[in-house]
Amino acid sequence: MIPASFDYIAVKTVPEAVAELAKHGDESKLLAGGHSLIPLMKLRLSTPSFVVDIGRVKDLNYIRRTDGHIAFGALTTHHDIEFSDLVKEQLPLLASAASQIGDPQVRNRGTMGGAAAHADPSGDYPTCLLTLDAEFDVVGPNGRRVIKASDFFVGTFTSALQPDEVLTEIRVPAPPAGTRGTYLKFSRRSQDWAIVAVAAQATVKDRKFQEIRIGLTSMGGTPLRASAVEAALRGKSADADTIRKAAEKAAEGTDPPQDLNGSPDYRRHLATVLTRRALEQLTAGR
Amino acid sequence: MAISTLIGASIKRREDPELITGTGGFVDDLPQTGLVHMYVVRSTEPHARILGIDTARARQADGVLAVFTGKELASEFQSPLPVTVSFVPEKKYPPHYPIATDRVRYVGEPVAIVLAQSRAAAEDAAERLDIRYESLPPVVDMEKAIAPGAPVLHDELGSNLAYDVKRAGGDIEAAFRDADVRISQRIRQQRLIPVAVEPRGVVADYKPFANALTVWSSTQIPHFVKVWLAVILGIPESQVRVVAPDVGGGFGSKIRVYPEEVLAALASRKLGRRVKWIEDRSENMKATHHGRAQIWDVEVAARKDGTVLGVRATQYLDLGAYCSQFGTFQAIALLLIQGPYKLQAWDGRGIGVYTNKTPTDAYRGAGRPEATYIIERVMDLVAQATGVDPAAVRRKNFIRQEEQPFTSLMGLTYDSGDYSTTLDKALEMVSYQQLRKEQAEKRKQGKHVGIGLSTYLEICGLGPSVATTAAAGIGFWGMAVLNLHFTGKATLVIGSSPHGQGHETPFAQIVAETLGLPLEDIDVVHGDTAIGPMGMDTYGSRSASVDGTAVYLSAVKVREKARKIAAHLLEAAEEDVVYENGKAYVKGSPTKAVTIQEITGAAFQPHRLPAGMEGGLDETTFFNPPNFVWPFGAHIAVVEIDDETGRVQIQRYVAVDDCGTRLNPLIVDGQIHGGIAQGIGQALFEDGVYGEDGQLKTGTLVDYLIPTASDLPMFETESLVTPSPTNPLGVKGIGEAGTIASTAAVMNAVADALSPFGVKDIDMPASPQKLWHLMHKNGGSKR
Ligand SMILES: Cc1cc2nc3c(=O)[nH]c(=O)nc-3n(C[C@H](O)[C@H](O)[C@H](O)COP(=O)(O)OP(=O)(O)OC[C@H]3O[C@@H](n4cnc5c(N)ncnc54)[C@H](O)[C@@H]3O)c2cc1C
Repeated sequence: MIPASFDYIAVKTVPEAVAELAKHGDESKLLAGGHSLIPLMKLRLSTPSFVVDIGRVKDLNYIRRTDGHIAFGALTTHHDIEFSDLVKEQLPLLASAASQIGDPQVRNRGTMGGAAAHADPSGDYPTCLLTLDAEFDVVGPNGRRVIKASDFFVGTFTSALQPDEVLTEIRVPAPPAGTRGTYLKFSRRSQDWAIVAVAAQATVKDRKFQEIRIGLTSMGGTPLRASAVEAALRGKSADADTIRKAAEKAAEGTDPPQDLNGSPDYRRHLATVLTRRALEQLTAGR
Repeated sequence: MAISTLIGASIKRREDPELITGTGGFVDDLPQTGLVHMYVVRSTEPHARILGIDTARARQADGVLAVFTGKELASEFQSPLPVTVSFVPEKKYPPHYPIATDRVRYVGEPVAIVLAQSRAAAEDAAERLDIRYESLPPVVDMEKAIAPGAPVLHDELGSNLAYDVKRAGGDIEAAFRDADVRISQRIRQQRLIPVAVEPRGVVADYKPFANALTVWSSTQIPHFVKVWLAVILGIPESQVRVVAPDVGGGFGSKIRVYPEEVLAALASRKLGRRVKWIEDRSENMKATHHGRAQIWDVEVAARKDGTVLGVRATQYLDLGAYCSQFGTFQAIALLLIQGPYKLQAWDGRGIGVYTNKTPTDAYRGAGRPEATYIIERVMDLVAQATGVDPAAVRRKNFIRQEEQPFTSLMGLTYDSGDYSTTLDKALEMVSYQQLRKEQAEKRKQGKHVGIGLSTYLEICGLGPSVATTAAAGIGFWGMAVLNLHFTGKATLVIGSSPHGQGHETPFAQIVAETLGLPLEDIDVVHGDTAIGPMGMDTYGSRSASVDGTAVYLSAVKVREKARKIAAHLLEAAEEDVVYENGKAYVKGSPTKAVTIQEITGAAFQPHRLPAGMEGGLDETTFFNPPNFVWPFGAHIAVVEIDDETGRVQIQRYVAVDDCGTRLNPLIVDGQIHGGIAQGIGQALFEDGVYGEDGQLKTGTLVDYLIPTASDLPMFETESLVTPSPTNPLGVKGIGEAGTIASTAAVMNAVADALSPFGVKDIDMPASPQKLWHLMHKNGGSKR
């Protein structure tokens, strides 16, 4: 469990990182928190010959309110998101998801940018970011471009990032006042990856779903939106019956994987249960 | 014994400050200079012939000193790895050498070693080895392995059957004839991976001119490793020293002489350099032995009042690819099934099977959790079939206090205990009657609540030398050397080899109490074969009762000699001298006392000693106990199963254990907590799964789920104390009790919760997916 040999550089700025990536091409890899990349390297499943550490780049670790958005620097750790007052108030879904990632070490080291770039279909942030219609600021040799979440998660462990690009900021639209959000994650042990998880954010007004967003983790090769559930709820009354019926549609259009912890059948079933429970939680007392 | 102040005190473990501040010394922490690093190249094939290994490219790699294949090393082994009788003298087993030569039989079996300047260089070079295999069909399933026509692992044995033996007592035919109720049930014990937090590791240093070998190893058994390295490598035993430094857990997984210990020593001899091998977690999951891996077919004969008349059972034990050193130890379950109950008959059959998987061997409890699991499941199956409450079934079948010492159907003599006491206490703690009412209420609301009892009886204290030789092939005893220094400080050398248990503290307590020495004046030394005589090391919850007694007896001997010296110094008759709290004085005049420190000083000045007395104050004891010790207890788990997800939530966990005298209740509690956690791991989480292709599917800690603190409930623990008559301290053993009891308690609770679905038994682990399928898919319909 020792990585194959590689060269290493710690860069101080984003342009420097982009230049290093350009110089070393496909053989190089960015290193952020290292909590996905290093395990892969130790198992020799990933063998980059050049590692560009962006961990010391200043100004990539922040959470701030911008025009109509909450912006996250790519290096913001899971821990910082879990405990940010701004996130807890504006995007409780994200705070809730962050608090359930791995264990404290992972949350102290892992970054939102790394988790997004890694595009693990059982990762917790990708689903949240898709659900929240985030947008991704990316810098490459030809300058900056913005990618929408719906275009970002391309496949299993594949994002729309090019090998020579650096993800610098992730922006999430600030929801209307009174919006609630939660992330329900089902796993064997508290620190495990999700067998299935559901991300939900709802704005309920006059006992009606004004805005409703639901996403699914580990239900296919990429994070997914439970569009059928969203459609069944949008503008509809936030009552138990409507919720129950809508939640039944959670697994529509999904192609969940089979592994030791869950058959596709079981995952489809869990998706409906967790969706209903998430919605019940979001509408409780409304 | 006199009034105890130190024995029985909850003193914090003296080992802990170092361990929890990261300043302990594990094998990997030994001085690093001049080391050569060994990497073990392992088979990626479960079953194959080795056609050839081309090492040329690896030898040329940067930093590589040598590469050896199994063929190149074969002539160096003067003996295969040891295999002990372990309750099955009838077994057939092939010689097992540390490294494969022409055939591999499990994924992870060593096939070559690379020696290099750094571990990284060794791993890089290993990738350049060209190993050509001819695949053979893997034998994975135990029952298929012994079916006619199955591919055979060891040609010389003719089949994959290692043994087929009977262990029986009483008239089983009569028991079944007289029964009102007959139950048959297949019960599985999944394969478990021990996952000690510190994987194994070895540093070997061979000195050619002295023909002397020193090995530091993360092992439970330094003394046995010494003997076997001498035998296998042909080095005089006097020239071999084995040291077990701080060892980060074993749970039985470090109880045997391992291939890597031999290979590192051999490499050191070949290169004339100090060689280091550290097991990484990926290796640990497949190169260190596994545990349990059994199927039981059980038949029960009972009366409708809940009396269990007889049990007939077959234990299929998956030995893996070779018979490990204590590979058949788990067959001890065939001798222990009876537990604390008065059966009329037991008819056991044991079948051992070779398969293309990692060898199995002792894992915390080693055969005793299995025996307890079977008989405790039997008690609940009988309760379910007869409608008699599970607590009442147990009470009905318990051996009564006045029947002690009781002789079991297999001829074992229990030492002491009223088994109903711990059950009564546990039932009281959970308010059992009330709890059953609540369960009925919740069932009406569609909630699946289950209550599981487990009343175990455990055998430990290995042990009587004659009995353990007959059963295990080795006579066990306890050993302690107590040596007082000139200034009155003491060194205590113990024969046990703790690897996380914390022997240093309670053993020092025994000496401090007996001699009246300050606790901090007693240094406890263990795990170094160069210091003190042969010890029997640590496994099977033996240390407190056997080595602890040796410690006590050594201290008593020192005290008696000290009293004699004091009498001489005080010019009094020996019988008039009282020894108390570290001082000796003539009865009635405590003010004119000599202290143990003064006595020790005199002990080293022969002219101050009585005529004819040898100098010094040091005493060695070999303690051969007259019998085993038999701790017992009652555990109760209360669970609720989520109808929609199948998740088990343990709502309460109550444990009442009787391990005789508790030398240090804090340590007893720690052992119980850890043991329960591990047993719950088996019940709910852990599963060593192989694919039909013979590959381990749960080879990482992402897939092999050991429970963590946040996955476990609060444990409510209580103790009762029935001293054992087997040793003067009255101690029994507590290292495995938690594991032995808890798996059955939790699974009985899960089965109880699901009984409305017609469920009788659930294969472990009781994963959410499995329970959900049981409740909603596999025809499971509520009565
Ligand atoms: C024990 C353990 C448990 C875990 N449990 C969970 C869990 O329950 N849920 C979960 O979601 N995750 C879990 N993780 C993963 C964790 O969240 C990782 O931190 C995260 O996936 C990656 O973030 P990182 O900063 O560590 O990225 P790194 O490992 O440094 O990088 C990951 C990948 O992203 C690329 N990358 C990193 N930063 C950038 C960037 N700014 N621009 C472009 N590419 C970039 C890297 O090149 C690499 O390919 C766990 C990890 C561990 C070790």
